[in-house]
Amino acid sequence: MDWLLNLRAVKGRAYPRAVGGLREPSWMFFDTLLPLLGIAAFVFYYQALGAPEVYTGYVIIGGAMTAYWLNVLWSMATQFYWEKETGNLELYMMAPMSKMSVLAGMALGGMILTSVRAVSTIVLGVIIFQVEMDISSPGLLAAVFITTLIALYGLGMLFSSLYMLWGRGAWHMSNLMQEPIYLVSGFYFPVREIGFYFALGAAIIPITLGLDAMRQLLFGNETQGLLPVTTELALLLVSAVAFIVAAHFALKKMEYLGRKEGRLTMRWQ
Amino acid sequence: MRYAIEVDHVTRVFGGKGDKVHAKALDDISLQVDEGELFGLLGPNGAGKTTLIKILATLLLPSEGSVRVLGHDVVKEYNKIRARINMVSGGEISGYGLLTVRENLWMFSQFYGIPPKVARQRMDDLLERFGLLDKADAKVRTISTGQKQKMNVIRGFVTDPDLIYLDEPTLGLDVNASLAIRSFLRKWVKDTPGKTMLLTTHYMVEADELCDRVAIIDQGRILACDSPSNLKRMLKRATTFDIETTAFPGLDSMPSMDGLQGYNSKSVGDRALTRFVVNDEAVISEIISHISSKGGRIIALGKSEATLEDVFIHLVGRGLE
Repeated sequence: MDWLLNLRAVKGRAYPRAVGGLREPSWMFFDTLLPLLGIAAFVFYYQALGAPEVYTGYVIIGGAMTAYWLNVLWSMATQFYWEKETGNLELYMMAPMSKMSVLAGMALGGMILTSVRAVSTIVLGVIIFQVEMDISSPGLLAAVFITTLIALYGLGMLFSSLYMLWGRGAWHMSNLMQEPIYLVSGFYFPVREIGFYFALGAAIIPITLGLDAMRQLLFGNETQGLLPVTTELALLLVSAVAFIVAAHFALKKMEYLGRKEGRLTMRWQ
Repeated sequence: MRYAIEVDHVTRVFGGKGDKVHAKALDDISLQVDEGELFGLLGPNGAGKTTLIKILATLLLPSEGSVRVLGHDVVKEYNKIRARINMVSGGEISGYGLLTVRENLWMFSQFYGIPPKVARQRMDDLLERFGLLDKADAKVRTISTGQKQKMNVIRGFVTDPDLIYLDEPTLGLDVNASLAIRSFLRKWVKDTPGKTMLLTTHYMVEADELCDRVAIIDQGRILACDSPSNLKRMLKRATTFDIETTAFPGLDSMPSMDGLQGYNSKSVGDRALTRFVVNDEAVISEIISHISSKGGRIIALGKSEATLEDVFIHLVGRGLE
Protein backbone atom coordinates (compact mmCIF):
# COMPACT_ATOMS: atom_id res chain seq x y z
CA MET A 1 0.00 0.00 0.00
CA ASP A 2 1.44 3.35 -1.08
CA TRP A 3 0.17 5.59 1.72
CA LEU A 4 1.51 8.83 0.28
CA LEU A 5 -0.21 8.19 -3.06
CA ASN A 6 -3.49 7.39 -1.32
CA LEU A 7 -3.32 10.39 1.02
CA ARG A 8 -2.72 12.66 -1.96
CA ALA A 9 -5.67 11.02 -3.72
CA VAL A 10 -7.92 11.59 -0.68
CA LYS A 11 -6.89 15.25 -0.58
CA GLY A 12 -7.36 15.58 -4.33
CA ARG A 13 -10.89 14.20 -4.26
CA ALA A 14 -11.90 16.07 -1.09
CA TYR A 15 -10.85 19.39 -2.59
CA PRO A 16 -13.63 19.94 -5.18
CA ARG A 17 -16.25 19.09 -2.60
CA ALA A 18 -14.87 21.09 0.32
CA VAL A 19 -13.73 24.11 -1.69
CA GLY A 20 -15.81 24.00 -4.88
CA GLY A 21 -19.03 23.40 -2.96
CA LEU A 22 -18.67 26.64 -1.01
CA ARG A 23 -17.60 28.69 -4.01
CA GLU A 24 -21.16 29.70 -4.88
CA PRO A 25 -22.60 32.00 -2.15
CA SER A 26 -26.12 30.72 -2.93
CA TRP A 27 -25.47 27.80 -0.51
CA MET A 28 -26.17 30.16 2.41
CA PHE A 29 -29.72 30.64 1.18
CA PHE A 30 -30.47 27.12 -0.07
CA ASP A 31 -28.63 25.08 2.55
CA THR A 32 -28.95 27.19 5.69
CA LEU A 33 -31.87 29.61 5.53
CA LEU A 34 -34.36 27.33 3.73
CA PRO A 35 -33.79 24.32 6.06
CA LEU A 36 -34.29 26.71 8.98
CA LEU A 37 -37.87 27.23 7.81
CA GLY A 38 -38.53 23.49 8.15
CA ILE A 39 -37.01 23.53 11.63
CA ALA A 40 -39.11 26.55 12.56
CA ALA A 41 -42.27 24.70 11.52
CA PHE A 42 -41.52 21.87 14.00
CA VAL A 43 -40.55 24.33 16.74
CA PHE A 44 -43.83 26.25 16.41
CA TYR A 45 -45.74 22.97 16.30
CA TYR A 46 -44.20 21.79 19.58
CA GLN A 47 -44.75 25.22 21.17
CA ALA A 48 -48.41 25.18 20.10
CA LEU A 49 -48.81 21.76 21.71
CA GLY A 50 -47.11 22.99 24.88
CA ALA A 51 -44.25 20.46 24.62
CA PRO A 52 -41.27 20.86 27.00
CA GLU A 53 -38.73 23.48 25.85
CA VAL A 54 -36.11 20.82 25.35
CA TYR A 55 -37.99 19.69 22.20
CA THR A 56 -36.88 22.89 20.47
CA GLY A 57 -33.29 21.76 21.02
CA TYR A 58 -34.08 18.27 19.71
CA VAL A 59 -35.47 19.78 16.52
CA ILE A 60 -32.48 22.06 15.94
CA ILE A 61 -29.94 19.24 16.41
CA GLY A 62 -32.05 16.92 14.24
CA GLY A 63 -32.40 19.62 11.59
CA ALA A 64 -28.65 20.17 11.51
CA MET A 65 -27.99 16.44 11.19
CA THR A 66 -30.46 16.32 8.28
CA ALA A 67 -27.81 18.07 6.21
CA TYR A 68 -25.43 15.14 6.74
CA TRP A 69 -28.08 12.55 5.88
CA LEU A 70 -28.99 14.37 2.66
CA ASN A 71 -25.30 14.76 1.81
CA VAL A 72 -24.73 11.03 2.30
CA LEU A 73 -27.79 10.10 0.22
CA TRP A 74 -27.33 12.49 -2.67
CA SER A 75 -23.66 13.35 -2.73
CA MET A 76 -22.16 10.05 -1.61
CA ALA A 77 -24.51 7.21 -2.52
CA THR A 78 -25.46 8.42 -5.99
CA GLN A 79 -22.16 10.15 -6.70
CA PHE A 80 -20.55 7.39 -8.78
CA TYR A 81 -23.61 7.45 -11.02
CA TRP A 82 -22.98 11.12 -11.79
CA GLU A 83 -19.24 10.54 -12.07
CA LYS A 84 -19.95 7.86 -14.66
CA GLU A 85 -22.16 10.22 -16.65
CA THR A 86 -19.46 12.90 -16.79
CA GLY A 87 -16.63 10.49 -17.58
CA ASN A 88 -14.85 10.98 -14.25
CA LEU A 89 -15.47 7.42 -13.06
CA GLU A 90 -13.33 5.83 -15.77
CA LEU A 91 -10.52 8.24 -14.93
CA TYR A 92 -10.77 7.31 -11.25
CA MET A 93 -10.85 3.61 -12.08
CA MET A 94 -7.80 3.66 -14.32
CA ALA A 95 -5.73 5.72 -11.87
CA PRO A 96 -3.30 3.77 -9.65
CA MET A 97 -4.60 4.80 -6.20
CA SER A 98 -6.90 2.62 -4.12
CA LYS A 99 -10.47 3.36 -5.10
CA MET A 100 -11.27 3.62 -1.40
CA SER A 101 -9.23 6.85 -1.48
CA VAL A 102 -11.78 8.33 -3.86
CA LEU A 103 -14.61 7.36 -1.52
CA ALA A 104 -12.68 8.62 1.51
CA GLY A 105 -11.99 11.90 -0.29
CA MET A 106 -15.65 12.29 -1.19
CA ALA A 107 -16.60 11.57 2.43
CA LEU A 108 -14.04 13.95 3.91
CA GLY A 109 -14.98 16.74 1.49
CA GLY A 110 -18.67 16.08 2.21
CA MET A 111 -18.11 16.24 5.98
CA ILE A 112 -16.23 19.54 5.74
CA LEU A 113 -18.79 21.11 3.39
CA THR A 114 -21.79 19.90 5.36
CA SER A 115 -20.29 20.85 8.71
CA VAL A 116 -20.12 24.47 7.59
CA ARG A 117 -23.81 24.27 6.72
CA ALA A 118 -24.83 22.32 9.85
CA VAL A 119 -22.96 24.65 12.18
CA SER A 120 -24.60 27.65 10.49
CA THR A 121 -28.01 26.05 11.02
CA ILE A 122 -27.30 25.33 14.71
CA VAL A 123 -25.94 28.82 15.40
CA LEU A 124 -28.92 30.51 13.73
CA GLY A 125 -31.38 28.11 15.38
CA VAL A 126 -29.92 28.61 18.85
CA ILE A 127 -29.93 32.40 18.47
CA ILE A 128 -33.43 32.64 17.01
CA PHE A 129 -35.14 30.12 19.31
CA GLN A 130 -33.06 30.81 22.46
CA VAL A 131 -32.10 27.19 23.04
CA GLU A 132 -30.06 26.30 26.13
CA MET A 133 -27.57 23.45 25.90
CA ASP A 134 -25.47 21.89 28.62
CA ILE A 135 -22.09 20.88 27.23
CA SER A 136 -20.74 19.21 30.35
CA SER A 137 -18.90 16.38 28.55
CA PRO A 138 -17.35 18.07 25.52
CA GLY A 139 -14.88 15.22 24.91
CA LEU A 140 -17.58 12.57 24.84
CA LEU A 141 -19.80 14.81 22.71
CA ALA A 142 -17.01 15.28 20.19
CA ALA A 143 -16.29 11.53 20.18
CA VAL A 144 -19.97 10.74 19.54
CA PHE A 145 -20.26 13.38 16.81
CA ILE A 146 -17.09 12.31 14.97
CA THR A 147 -17.88 8.59 15.27
CA THR A 148 -21.41 9.24 14.01
CA LEU A 149 -20.02 11.04 10.97
CA ILE A 150 -17.49 8.29 10.26
CA ALA A 151 -20.15 5.59 10.55
CA LEU A 152 -22.65 7.60 8.49
CA TYR A 153 -20.17 8.35 5.73
CA GLY A 154 -18.97 4.73 5.92
CA LEU A 155 -22.54 3.79 5.10
CA GLY A 156 -22.44 6.34 2.28
CA MET A 157 -19.24 4.72 0.96
CA LEU A 158 -20.95 1.34 0.99
CA PHE A 159 -23.99 2.72 -0.85
CA SER A 160 -21.75 4.45 -3.34
CA SER A 161 -19.99 1.17 -4.15
CA LEU A 162 -23.23 -0.74 -4.48
CA TYR A 163 -24.90 1.97 -6.55
CA MET A 164 -21.93 2.22 -8.93
CA LEU A 165 -23.44 -0.12 -11.45
CA TRP A 166 -27.11 0.57 -10.75
CA GLY A 167 -27.45 3.74 -12.76
CA ARG A 168 -30.80 5.39 -12.27
CA GLY A 169 -31.85 2.66 -9.83
CA ALA A 170 -29.59 4.39 -7.33
CA TRP A 171 -31.59 7.57 -7.75
CA HIS A 172 -34.86 5.79 -6.93
CA MET A 173 -33.32 3.99 -3.97
CA SER A 174 -32.12 7.26 -2.45
CA ASN A 175 -35.55 8.80 -3.01
CA LEU A 176 -37.10 5.81 -1.28
CA MET A 177 -34.84 6.08 1.76
CA GLN A 178 -34.90 9.83 2.32
CA GLU A 179 -38.22 10.42 4.10
CA PRO A 180 -38.63 7.13 6.06
CA ILE A 181 -35.28 7.68 7.76
CA TYR A 182 -36.48 11.05 9.05
CA LEU A 183 -39.15 9.07 10.88
CA VAL A 184 -37.31 5.98 12.09
CA SER A 185 -34.15 7.81 13.10
CA GLY A 186 -36.11 10.40 15.08
CA PHE A 187 -34.78 13.52 13.39
CA TYR A 188 -37.43 15.73 15.01
CA PHE A 189 -38.36 13.81 18.18
CA PRO A 190 -36.72 11.42 20.71
CA VAL A 191 -36.37 8.13 18.83
CA ARG A 192 -37.52 6.05 21.80
CA GLU A 193 -41.04 7.38 21.15
CA ILE A 194 -41.43 4.97 18.21
CA GLY A 195 -40.83 1.98 20.50
CA PHE A 196 -37.62 0.58 21.93
CA TYR A 197 -37.17 -2.40 19.59
CA PHE A 198 -38.24 -0.51 16.50
CA ALA A 199 -35.76 2.23 17.35
CA LEU A 200 -33.08 -0.38 17.98
CA GLY A 201 -33.70 -1.75 14.47
CA ALA A 202 -33.38 1.77 13.08
CA ALA A 203 -29.94 1.96 14.71
CA ILE A 204 -28.54 0.35 11.54
CA ILE A 205 -28.60 3.94 10.28
CA PRO A 206 -25.82 5.48 12.41
CA ILE A 207 -27.57 8.83 12.71
CA THR A 208 -30.24 7.19 14.92
CA LEU A 209 -27.78 6.40 17.70
CA GLY A 210 -25.67 9.50 17.04
CA LEU A 211 -28.62 11.85 17.41
CA ASP A 212 -29.88 10.07 20.51
CA ALA A 213 -26.46 10.18 22.19
CA MET A 214 -25.88 13.84 21.33
CA ARG A 215 -29.31 14.78 22.66
CA GLN A 216 -28.59 12.98 25.92
CA LEU A 217 -25.26 14.79 26.22
CA LEU A 218 -26.65 18.22 25.31
CA PHE A 219 -29.99 18.19 27.11
CA GLY A 220 -29.24 15.95 30.08
CA ASN A 221 -31.79 14.14 32.21
CA GLU A 222 -34.84 15.52 30.47
CA THR A 223 -33.96 13.36 27.47
CA GLN A 224 -35.43 9.91 27.18
CA GLY A 225 -32.41 8.13 25.75
CA LEU A 226 -32.59 4.85 23.87
CA LEU A 227 -29.41 3.33 25.35
CA PRO A 228 -26.61 4.63 27.61
CA VAL A 229 -24.34 7.03 25.70
CA THR A 230 -21.24 4.82 26.03
CA THR A 231 -23.13 1.83 24.64
CA GLU A 232 -24.33 3.94 21.73
CA LEU A 233 -20.77 5.14 21.12
CA ALA A 234 -19.49 1.55 21.12
CA LEU A 235 -22.20 0.49 18.65
CA LEU A 236 -21.35 3.47 16.43
CA LEU A 237 -17.68 2.44 16.44
CA VAL A 238 -18.61 -1.09 15.42
CA SER A 239 -20.86 0.18 12.60
CA ALA A 240 -18.16 2.57 11.39
CA VAL A 241 -15.64 -0.26 11.03
CA ALA A 242 -18.23 -2.66 9.56
CA PHE A 243 -19.47 -0.19 6.93
CA ILE A 244 -15.97 0.82 5.81
CA VAL A 245 -14.79 -2.80 5.52
CA ALA A 246 -17.99 -3.73 3.66
CA ALA A 247 -17.51 -0.73 1.33
CA HIS A 248 -13.97 -1.93 0.55
CA PHE A 249 -15.13 -5.39 -0.51
CA ALA A 250 -18.22 -4.09 -2.32
CA LEU A 251 -16.12 -1.62 -4.29
CA LYS A 252 -13.67 -4.34 -5.31
CA LYS A 253 -16.50 -6.61 -6.41
CA MET A 254 -18.29 -3.84 -8.29
CA GLU A 255 -15.10 -2.81 -10.06
CA TYR A 256 -14.58 -6.39 -11.21
CA LEU A 257 -18.18 -6.68 -12.39
CA GLY A 258 -17.92 -3.30 -14.11
CA ARG A 259 -14.82 -4.41 -16.02
CA LYS A 260 -16.41 -7.72 -16.89
CA GLU A 261 -19.74 -6.33 -18.05
CA GLY A 262 -18.43 -3.09 -19.52
CA ARG A 263 -20.39 -0.89 -17.13
CA LEU A 264 -17.69 1.43 -15.82
CA THR A 265 -18.38 3.79 -18.69
CA MET A 266 -21.52 4.95 -20.44
CA ARG A 267 -22.33 3.28 -23.77
CA TRP A 268 -21.28 6.30 -25.79
CA GLN A 269 -17.99 6.81 -23.92
CA MET B 1 12.53 -4.49 -29.38
CA ARG B 2 10.07 -4.70 -26.46
CA TYR B 3 6.38 -4.40 -27.00
CA ALA B 4 4.36 -1.73 -25.19
CA ILE B 5 1.16 -3.51 -26.19
CA GLU B 6 0.58 -7.15 -27.13
CA VAL B 7 -2.94 -8.14 -28.13
CA ASP B 8 -3.33 -11.84 -28.82
CA HIS B 9 -6.53 -13.19 -30.41
CA VAL B 10 -8.83 -10.92 -28.44
CA THR B 11 -12.58 -11.05 -28.73
CA ARG B 12 -14.95 -8.85 -26.76
CA VAL B 13 -18.63 -9.61 -26.67
CA PHE B 14 -21.22 -7.38 -25.06
CA GLY B 15 -23.88 -9.81 -23.94
CA GLY B 16 -27.48 -9.39 -23.01
CA LYS B 17 -29.40 -11.31 -20.40
CA GLY B 18 -28.80 -15.07 -20.36
CA ASP B 19 -26.63 -16.34 -23.15
CA LYS B 20 -28.08 -14.18 -25.87
CA VAL B 21 -25.17 -12.41 -27.58
CA HIS B 22 -25.87 -8.78 -28.44
CA ALA B 23 -22.75 -7.55 -30.16
CA LYS B 24 -19.23 -8.69 -30.95
CA ALA B 25 -17.23 -5.46 -30.65
CA LEU B 26 -13.86 -7.15 -31.24
CA ASP B 27 -13.48 -10.33 -33.23
CA ASP B 28 -10.24 -12.30 -32.75
CA ILE B 29 -7.82 -9.41 -33.18
CA SER B 30 -4.07 -9.52 -32.66
CA LEU B 31 -1.52 -6.72 -32.82
CA GLN B 32 1.76 -5.57 -31.27
CA VAL B 33 2.84 -2.00 -30.62
CA ASP B 34 6.54 -1.34 -30.10
CA GLU B 35 7.80 0.81 -27.24
CA GLY B 36 8.37 4.35 -28.48
CA GLU B 37 5.93 3.98 -31.35
CA LEU B 38 3.09 6.30 -32.31
CA PHE B 39 0.51 3.77 -33.39
CA GLY B 40 -2.81 4.61 -35.02
CA LEU B 41 -6.12 2.76 -35.02
CA LEU B 42 -8.18 3.91 -37.95
CA GLY B 43 -11.77 2.95 -38.42
CA PRO B 44 -15.35 4.22 -38.63
CA ASN B 45 -17.65 4.73 -35.63
CA GLY B 46 -18.53 1.38 -34.10
CA ALA B 47 -15.45 -0.36 -35.54
CA GLY B 48 -14.24 -1.42 -32.07
CA LYS B 49 -11.52 1.19 -31.53
CA THR B 50 -12.86 2.48 -28.22
CA THR B 51 -13.57 -1.05 -26.95
CA LEU B 52 -9.94 -1.97 -27.60
CA ILE B 53 -8.74 1.18 -25.82
CA LYS B 54 -10.93 0.41 -22.78
CA ILE B 55 -9.38 -3.05 -22.58
CA LEU B 56 -5.87 -1.60 -22.87
CA ALA B 57 -6.75 1.00 -20.22
CA THR B 58 -7.80 -1.78 -17.78
CA LEU B 59 -11.42 -0.61 -17.79
CA LEU B 60 -12.82 -3.62 -19.60
CA LEU B 61 -11.96 -7.31 -19.62
CA PRO B 62 -11.52 -9.22 -22.88
CA SER B 63 -14.05 -12.02 -23.41
CA GLU B 64 -11.34 -14.19 -25.00
CA GLY B 65 -7.64 -13.89 -25.71
CA SER B 66 -4.87 -12.16 -23.78
CA VAL B 67 -3.58 -8.60 -23.58
CA ARG B 68 -0.30 -7.42 -22.11
CA VAL B 69 0.42 -3.73 -21.57
CA LEU B 70 3.97 -2.65 -20.70
CA GLY B 71 4.72 -6.31 -20.02
CA HIS B 72 1.79 -6.89 -17.63
CA ASP B 73 -1.43 -8.83 -18.06
CA VAL B 74 -4.48 -6.52 -18.11
CA VAL B 75 -6.65 -9.01 -16.24
CA LYS B 76 -4.37 -10.02 -13.38
CA GLU B 77 -1.75 -7.28 -13.11
CA TYR B 78 -3.81 -4.19 -13.83
CA ASN B 79 -2.47 -2.40 -10.76
CA LYS B 80 1.05 -2.46 -12.22
CA ILE B 81 -0.20 -0.98 -15.48
CA ARG B 82 -2.31 1.88 -14.13
CA ALA B 83 0.52 3.98 -12.70
CA ARG B 84 2.22 4.08 -16.11
CA ILE B 85 -0.67 4.84 -18.47
CA ASN B 86 -3.17 7.60 -19.10
CA MET B 87 -6.02 8.22 -21.49
CA VAL B 88 -7.68 11.19 -23.17
CA SER B 89 -10.94 10.95 -25.09
CA GLY B 90 -12.43 13.37 -27.57
CA GLY B 91 -15.45 15.33 -26.38
CA GLU B 92 -14.57 14.55 -22.78
CA ILE B 93 -16.50 16.44 -20.10
CA SER B 94 -14.55 15.15 -17.11
CA GLY B 95 -13.48 17.35 -14.21
CA TYR B 96 -15.53 19.81 -12.20
CA GLY B 97 -16.91 23.03 -13.66
CA LEU B 98 -16.68 24.93 -10.36
CA LEU B 99 -12.93 24.33 -10.16
CA THR B 100 -10.40 26.24 -12.22
CA VAL B 101 -8.35 24.66 -15.00
CA ARG B 102 -5.32 24.52 -12.71
CA GLU B 103 -7.29 23.01 -9.81
CA ASN B 104 -8.75 20.29 -12.04
CA LEU B 105 -5.32 19.38 -13.38
CA TRP B 106 -3.86 19.34 -9.88
CA MET B 107 -6.70 17.10 -8.65
CA PHE B 108 -6.15 14.48 -11.35
CA SER B 109 -2.37 14.60 -10.81
CA GLN B 110 -2.94 13.70 -7.15
CA PHE B 111 -4.59 10.42 -8.13
CA TYR B 112 -1.18 9.44 -9.49
CA GLY B 113 0.63 10.68 -6.38
CA ILE B 114 2.57 13.37 -8.25
CA PRO B 115 4.29 15.63 -5.66
CA PRO B 116 2.50 19.02 -5.73
CA LYS B 117 5.66 20.94 -6.70
CA VAL B 118 6.36 18.63 -9.65
CA ALA B 119 2.70 18.75 -10.68
CA ARG B 120 2.76 22.56 -10.62
CA GLN B 121 5.88 22.72 -12.81
CA ARG B 122 4.46 20.28 -15.35
CA MET B 123 1.11 22.06 -15.41
CA ASP B 124 2.70 25.45 -16.04
CA ASP B 125 4.89 24.02 -18.79
CA LEU B 126 2.00 22.26 -20.53
CA LEU B 127 -0.42 25.18 -20.09
CA GLU B 128 2.13 27.42 -21.75
CA ARG B 129 2.76 24.99 -24.61
CA PHE B 130 -0.98 24.81 -25.30
CA GLY B 131 -1.43 28.58 -25.00
CA LEU B 132 -3.75 28.09 -22.05
CA LEU B 133 -1.78 29.87 -19.34
CA ASP B 134 -4.12 32.88 -19.36
CA LYS B 135 -7.06 30.56 -18.65
CA ALA B 136 -5.32 28.64 -15.87
CA ASP B 137 -7.34 30.35 -13.14
CA ALA B 138 -10.64 30.43 -15.02
CA LYS B 139 -13.44 28.13 -13.87
CA VAL B 140 -13.74 25.21 -16.29
CA ARG B 141 -17.40 25.90 -16.93
CA THR B 142 -16.50 29.30 -18.40
CA ILE B 143 -13.99 28.14 -21.04
CA SER B 144 -14.64 27.04 -24.63
CA THR B 145 -14.90 23.47 -25.94
CA GLY B 146 -11.48 23.71 -27.60
CA GLN B 147 -9.90 25.01 -24.40
CA LYS B 148 -11.54 22.21 -22.40
CA GLN B 149 -10.15 19.62 -24.77
CA LYS B 150 -6.68 21.16 -24.49
CA MET B 151 -7.07 20.90 -20.71
CA ASN B 152 -8.02 17.24 -21.08
CA VAL B 153 -4.95 16.57 -23.19
CA ILE B 154 -2.81 18.30 -20.55
CA ARG B 155 -4.48 16.12 -17.90
CA GLY B 156 -3.30 13.06 -19.80
CA PHE B 157 0.28 14.23 -20.03
CA VAL B 158 0.71 15.84 -16.61
CA THR B 159 1.30 12.39 -15.08
CA ASP B 160 4.15 11.78 -17.56
CA PRO B 161 2.82 8.37 -18.68
CA ASP B 162 4.96 5.76 -20.44
CA LEU B 163 1.97 4.90 -22.62
CA ILE B 164 -0.92 7.16 -23.48
CA TYR B 165 -4.17 6.35 -25.25
CA LEU B 166 -5.77 9.13 -27.23
CA ASP B 167 -9.27 8.25 -28.34
CA GLU B 168 -10.31 10.71 -31.07
CA PRO B 169 -8.54 13.60 -29.26
CA THR B 170 -9.45 16.22 -31.87
CA LEU B 171 -13.09 15.17 -32.29
CA GLY B 172 -15.33 18.17 -32.96
CA LEU B 173 -12.55 20.74 -32.58
CA ASP B 174 -11.86 23.66 -34.89
CA VAL B 175 -8.84 23.65 -37.19
CA ASN B 176 -6.60 25.72 -34.90
CA ALA B 177 -7.25 23.66 -31.78
CA SER B 178 -6.73 20.42 -33.75
CA LEU B 179 -3.47 21.71 -35.18
CA ALA B 180 -2.20 22.72 -31.74
CA ILE B 181 -2.96 19.28 -30.32
CA ARG B 182 -1.45 17.41 -33.30
CA SER B 183 1.68 19.52 -33.20
CA PHE B 184 2.09 18.79 -29.47
CA LEU B 185 1.59 15.03 -29.95
CA ARG B 186 4.17 14.88 -32.73
CA LYS B 187 6.71 16.77 -30.59
CA TRP B 188 6.03 14.66 -27.49
CA VAL B 189 6.84 11.39 -29.24
CA LYS B 190 9.92 12.91 -30.89
CA ASP B 191 11.26 14.53 -27.69
CA THR B 192 10.61 11.63 -25.30
CA PRO B 193 12.13 8.44 -26.68
CA GLY B 194 10.64 5.26 -25.27
CA LYS B 195 7.22 6.79 -24.66
CA THR B 196 4.40 5.16 -26.60
CA MET B 197 1.21 6.63 -27.96
CA LEU B 198 -1.85 4.85 -29.26
CA LEU B 199 -4.13 7.13 -31.21
CA THR B 200 -7.58 6.24 -32.48
CA THR B 201 -9.09 8.46 -35.07
CA HIS B 202 -11.38 8.50 -38.02
CA TYR B 203 -9.54 11.49 -39.49
CA MET B 204 -7.35 9.98 -42.22
CA VAL B 205 -5.07 13.01 -42.42
CA GLU B 206 -4.39 12.84 -38.70
CA ALA B 207 -3.38 9.17 -38.90
CA ASP B 208 -1.31 9.74 -42.05
CA GLU B 209 0.47 12.75 -40.59
CA LEU B 210 1.21 11.44 -37.10
CA CYS B 211 1.48 7.67 -36.98
CA ASP B 212 4.48 5.38 -37.45
CA ARG B 213 2.10 2.51 -38.13
CA VAL B 214 -1.62 2.31 -38.62
CA ALA B 215 -4.07 -0.57 -38.13
CA ILE B 216 -7.26 -0.31 -40.14
CA ILE B 217 -10.12 -1.73 -38.13
CA ASP B 218 -13.69 -2.37 -39.19
CA GLN B 219 -16.48 -4.39 -37.55
CA GLY B 220 -14.13 -5.59 -34.83
CA ARG B 221 -11.47 -6.96 -37.18
CA ILE B 222 -8.07 -5.63 -38.17
CA LEU B 223 -7.99 -5.49 -41.95
CA ALA B 224 -4.42 -4.25 -42.40
CA CYS B 225 -1.56 -3.01 -40.22
CA ASP B 226 1.53 -1.25 -41.56
CA SER B 227 3.16 2.15 -41.96
CA PRO B 228 1.02 4.71 -43.86
CA SER B 229 3.46 4.63 -46.79
CA ASN B 230 3.40 0.83 -47.00
CA LEU B 231 -0.37 0.80 -46.77
CA LYS B 232 -0.56 3.26 -49.64
CA ARG B 233 1.85 1.09 -51.61
CA MET B 234 -0.78 -1.65 -51.42
CA LEU B 235 -2.65 0.43 -53.96
CA LYS B 236 0.14 0.52 -56.52
CA ARG B 237 -2.09 -1.28 -58.97
CA ALA B 238 -5.01 0.89 -58.08
CA THR B 239 -5.71 4.46 -59.18
CA THR B 240 -7.78 7.13 -57.52
CA PHE B 241 -10.08 9.53 -59.39
CA ASP B 242 -11.98 12.47 -57.89
CA ILE B 243 -15.09 13.36 -59.87
CA GLU B 244 -17.15 16.45 -59.06
CA THR B 245 -20.70 16.32 -60.37
CA THR B 246 -24.04 17.96 -59.90
CA ALA B 247 -26.10 16.05 -57.34
CA PHE B 248 -28.13 13.26 -58.88
CA PRO B 249 -30.39 10.47 -57.54
CA GLY B 250 -28.60 7.24 -56.67
CA LEU B 251 -25.35 8.96 -55.79
CA ASP B 252 -24.69 6.47 -53.00
CA SER B 253 -25.61 3.33 -54.89
CA MET B 254 -23.31 2.77 -57.82
CA PRO B 255 -23.80 -0.60 -59.47
CA SER B 256 -20.88 -3.02 -59.26
CA MET B 257 -18.54 -2.70 -62.21
CA ASP B 258 -15.47 -4.68 -63.22
CA GLY B 259 -12.40 -2.67 -62.24
CA LEU B 260 -14.15 -0.53 -59.58
CA GLN B 261 -12.83 -1.36 -56.12
CA GLY B 262 -14.77 1.16 -54.09
CA TYR B 263 -15.96 4.74 -53.84
CA ASN B 264 -16.92 7.38 -51.32
CA SER B 265 -19.32 10.27 -52.00
CA LYS B 266 -19.74 13.57 -50.20
CA SER B 267 -22.47 16.09 -50.99
CA VAL B 268 -21.48 19.74 -50.87
CA GLY B 269 -24.54 21.93 -51.48
CA ASP B 270 -25.98 21.04 -54.87
CA ARG B 271 -22.77 19.29 -55.91
CA ALA B 272 -21.21 15.94 -55.12
CA LEU B 273 -17.59 14.98 -54.79
CA THR B 274 -16.94 11.28 -55.30
CA ARG B 275 -13.62 9.48 -54.93
CA PHE B 276 -13.31 6.27 -56.95
CA VAL B 277 -10.58 3.68 -56.37
CA VAL B 278 -10.18 1.61 -59.55
CA ASN B 279 -7.76 -1.08 -60.63
CA ASP B 280 -8.60 -0.69 -64.30
CA GLU B 281 -8.81 2.88 -65.61
CA ALA B 282 -11.11 1.74 -68.41
CA VAL B 283 -13.96 1.57 -65.91
CA ILE B 284 -13.99 5.39 -65.71
CA SER B 285 -15.89 5.70 -68.99
CA GLU B 286 -18.50 3.31 -67.62
CA ILE B 287 -18.76 5.37 -64.41
CA ILE B 288 -19.19 8.59 -66.42
CA SER B 289 -21.89 6.97 -68.53
CA HIS B 290 -23.70 5.84 -65.36
CA ILE B 291 -23.55 9.36 -63.89
CA SER B 292 -24.90 10.86 -67.14
CA SER B 293 -27.68 8.25 -67.35
CA LYS B 294 -28.81 9.28 -63.85
CA GLY B 295 -28.94 12.95 -64.83
CA GLY B 296 -25.64 13.96 -63.19
CA ARG B 297 -23.31 16.41 -64.96
CA ILE B 298 -19.53 16.15 -64.68
CA ILE B 299 -18.01 19.41 -63.44
CA ALA B 300 -14.44 18.28 -62.85
CA LEU B 301 -12.43 15.08 -63.02
CA GLY B 302 -8.93 14.51 -61.65
CA LYS B 303 -6.54 11.71 -60.91
CA SER B 304 -4.91 11.85 -57.45
CA GLU B 305 -2.20 10.29 -55.27
CA ALA B 306 -3.29 7.46 -53.03
CA THR B 307 -4.17 8.40 -49.45
CA LEU B 308 -5.06 6.35 -46.39
CA GLU B 309 -8.68 6.99 -47.22
CA ASP B 310 -8.13 5.22 -50.53
CA VAL B 311 -6.57 2.31 -48.66
CA PHE B 312 -9.64 2.20 -46.44
CA ILE B 313 -12.01 2.28 -49.43
CA HIS B 314 -9.90 -0.42 -51.09
CA LEU B 315 -10.08 -2.67 -48.00
CA VAL B 316 -13.63 -2.01 -46.86
CA GLY B 317 -15.34 -1.04 -50.10
CA ARG B 318 -16.75 2.18 -48.63
CA GLY B 319 -15.56 5.44 -47.05
CA LEU B 320 -15.32 6.36 -43.39
CA GLU B 321 -17.92 9.12 -43.34
